[in-house]
Amino acid sequence: MEKPRPLWGNPLQFVFACISYAVGLGNVWRFPYLCQMYGGGGFLIPYFIMLIIEGMPLLYLELAVGQHMRQGSIGVWKIISPYLSGVGIASVVVSFFLSMYYNVINAWSFWYLFHSFQDPLPWANCPLNSNHTGYDEECAKTSSTQYFWYRKTLNISSSIEEYGSIHWEQAVCLILAWLVVYLCILRGTESTGKVVYVTASLPYLVLFIYLIRGLTLHGAVNGLIYMFTPKLEQLANPKTWINAATQIFFSLGLGFGSLIAFASYNEPNNNCERYAIIISLINSSTSIFASIVTFSIYGFKATFNYENCLSKVILLLTNVFDLEEGALTADNLDSMKDYLTSTYPNQYAELLPQIKNCSLEAELDTAVQGTGLAFIVYSEAIKNMEVSQLYSVLYFIMLLMLGIGSMLGNTAAILTPLTDSKFLSTHLPKEVISGIVCFINCIVGLVFTMEAGNYWFDIFNDYAATLSLLLIVLVETIAVCYIYGLRKFEKDLLLMLGHKPNWYWKIMWAFASPVLIISLFIFYLTDYIRTGTLQYQAWDATQGQLVTKDYPSYALAVIGLLVAASTMCIPIGALIIFIMKRLKKRSVSTLE
Amino acid sequence: MLGVLLLAFSLVTIIHSELCRPDAQNAFKVRLSIKTALGDNAYAWDASEEYLFKAMVAFAMRRYSNKATTQISNVLLCNMTERVSFWFVVTDSARNVTTVPGSEVEAAIRMNRNRINSAFLLTDNTLQFLKISSTLSPPIEPTVPVWLVVFGVVLCLVVAGILLLVVSGIRQYKKKKHESAETGDLEDNSNTPVTTENGIPCDILDLKAGQINGVYAADDERLTPL
Repeated sequence: MEKPRPLWGNPLQFVFACISYAVGLGNVWRFPYLCQMYGGGGFLIPYFIMLIIEGMPLLYLELAVGQHMRQGSIGVWKIISPYLSGVGIASVVVSFFLSMYYNVINAWSFWYLFHSFQDPLPWANCPLNSNHTGYDEECAKTSSTQYFWYRKTLNISSSIEEYGSIHWEQAVCLILAWLVVYLCILRGTESTGKVVYVTASLPYLVLFIYLIRGLTLHGAVNGLIYMFTPKLEQLANPKTWINAATQIFFSLGLGFGSLIAFASYNEPNNNCERYAIIISLINSSTSIFASIVTFSIYGFKATFNYENCLSKVILLLTNVFDLEEGALTADNLDSMKDYLTSTYPNQYAELLPQIKNCSLEAELDTAVQGTGLAFIVYSEAIKNMEVSQLYSVLYFIMLLMLGIGSMLGNTAAILTPLTDSKFLSTHLPKEVISGIVCFINCIVGLVFTMEAGNYWFDIFNDYAATLSLLLIVLVETIAVCYIYGLRKFEKDLLLMLGHKPNWYWKIMWAFASPVLIISLFIFYLTDYIRTGTLQYQAWDATQGQLVTKDYPSYALAVIGLLVAASTMCIPIGALIIFIMKRLKKRSVSTLE
Repeated sequence: MLGVLLLAFSLVTIIHSELCRPDAQNAFKVRLSIKTALGDNAYAWDASEEYLFKAMVAFAMRRYSNKATTQISNVLLCNMTERVSFWFVVTDSARNVTTVPGSEVEAAIRMNRNRINSAFLLTDNTLQFLKISSTLSPPIEPTVPVWLVVFGVVLCLVVAGILLLVVSGIRQYKKKKHESAETGDLEDNSNTPVTTENGIPCDILDLKAGQINGVYAADDERLTPL
């Protein structure tokens, strides 16, 4: 009755699939931000320490477990202990939440990609207002790139309560994104295995092109110097270490069940130890590589804005005091300012609020992460380059590849347990199961294309996966080390690979990683409890900037539901199995 | 005689200075940024350029009101600065002591802005009439939004790919069913239970029958060589 399990065409497909899944948008838009906030070059120290303590061991654990048990996440934990089937279900639930909102990012990438074929780029200039006498009001208060993001792409409302209508352009982009994902996962490993060759390697090509372009941009060196000067005093800040640990944890995509799913399609004697080390090293070096590119772009943008600011100040002073053109330059600006203060004190005092103190440091300090970095900062830098259409197309194709690569992992995490279950696989072919999963996700994802959709996206992004994953991975580690038994696991690895794991792996699995995860968990809980009410950033169209608002009660309820839906699976699963066993025992004893 | 002339001259000058001064009624400030616009080809601003400016304003007034009454002498310039900025008024030709209403001057300049700009090789940004807003040219909108075209192409490709895979999958499935129906009970392969050991199906292990299992390979070293 059982078909032989589909396998990867060759081990390289497996490695590429894992790299494609692990190297995602977080490497591009989260790591550079953390680097900047927590000590520049010095951040690499806690980053590598955390990689060694938790990154590699936990990755090896998941790959080994998946490869040995040859099942998706639900089956694997059922084999280890029937009481742990809830862990697998929790992984599937978290993956489901993730795939719901993650594909919206791909929809945005498609949107920007399609708009890159215009000259000039649509986010390069502000649109005109209705009587063509000036620029649109909202756009004039902020920049054209921010206007394009908040108004044209998201059509964002001013708070989470105002739903608005579905933005049809975003909706069709989302449908296209899901069709692309469906096309890639349609045939299971047969199609996924070929797609990951492209999704894993193309981003590196684009990053390399951007590295060369970025380093040759005017002012790029400023950004790089700023990034790499280590601020070692940040090492004393506990947040640095916590963020390093969190970044390693989430960057590798542990706990979703995707790695278990990918490894389950391996040959049983695949050397997953070697691949675990390779994949985690590649993931970390990609983060560093991407942050070099990002910081040269930052440097370019900051220098450009700084020089713009200076020209504006010079123009203002020249016009007000009717000085000769070219009398004020960037070099003599300070001395001329002093001269003007002394000669025309009254007029200068009136002018003072309008004169901004242009500072390169201040421009470099504006640290941005997330969608803001990817879609606003980068597009602003791109519009100032020559041949901007080409760079724009390349960049958004790269974002698409990164996003689709991660989506393949997420959907594999959901579909592998579903296709493993005998009930579903006998009644429906896997193409239909994939289609149904994609369809449900697409319909739910339409919520994120409404006017308030981006606020709901932020809720999912911040809360759907964070706490739950920590708990899941903690339970996984403890289950393998203590419930299944470290010795039994060692023997399994001996059977698979031909050698036992050395003391480093054992110590990390049994002690270091669980302790680290527990401390991360405690930190996050206390942080949530301490800050009391949760807040979000809302876009205020009248001011042209973000303002902080409190979440309404139903949004808080949704957040609680998200966290509870996945974490509660673990104890509830154990409880249900316990009750079922009790009932069985009772029915057996009554028969006797 | 000389005294009368002097008196008339001083009177005119006083009237002129009253009519044309900064923030006077119906006066406009003009600002030129010649070096910014032309760089090395910048010309110097001198009396001839001022004359040309007066001529252009007079031209604009004539065009606007369609009566050839405005003279160059009706345009008064004052407060010239190094910036190259100055104020100007247009006096009424009929009555020399009053100025043409600002709204008329504004409309006239707006109508002929292009001509005035080109006379000085400048643009709306570099030849600024403060208080007179210029009409910005709207960006060129293509008839069909470009993004929809690209979107349509990509969508068609993806849907074609999906249909291809689905159809070929269905065909393969039908072929397999057809084949297994033909062979029927002879092979009975669909009913054979797959033997497993430790969760690993034996047929998978058999595929790599030639592989050396590391556990046993290590044992070879313990055999003492003869």
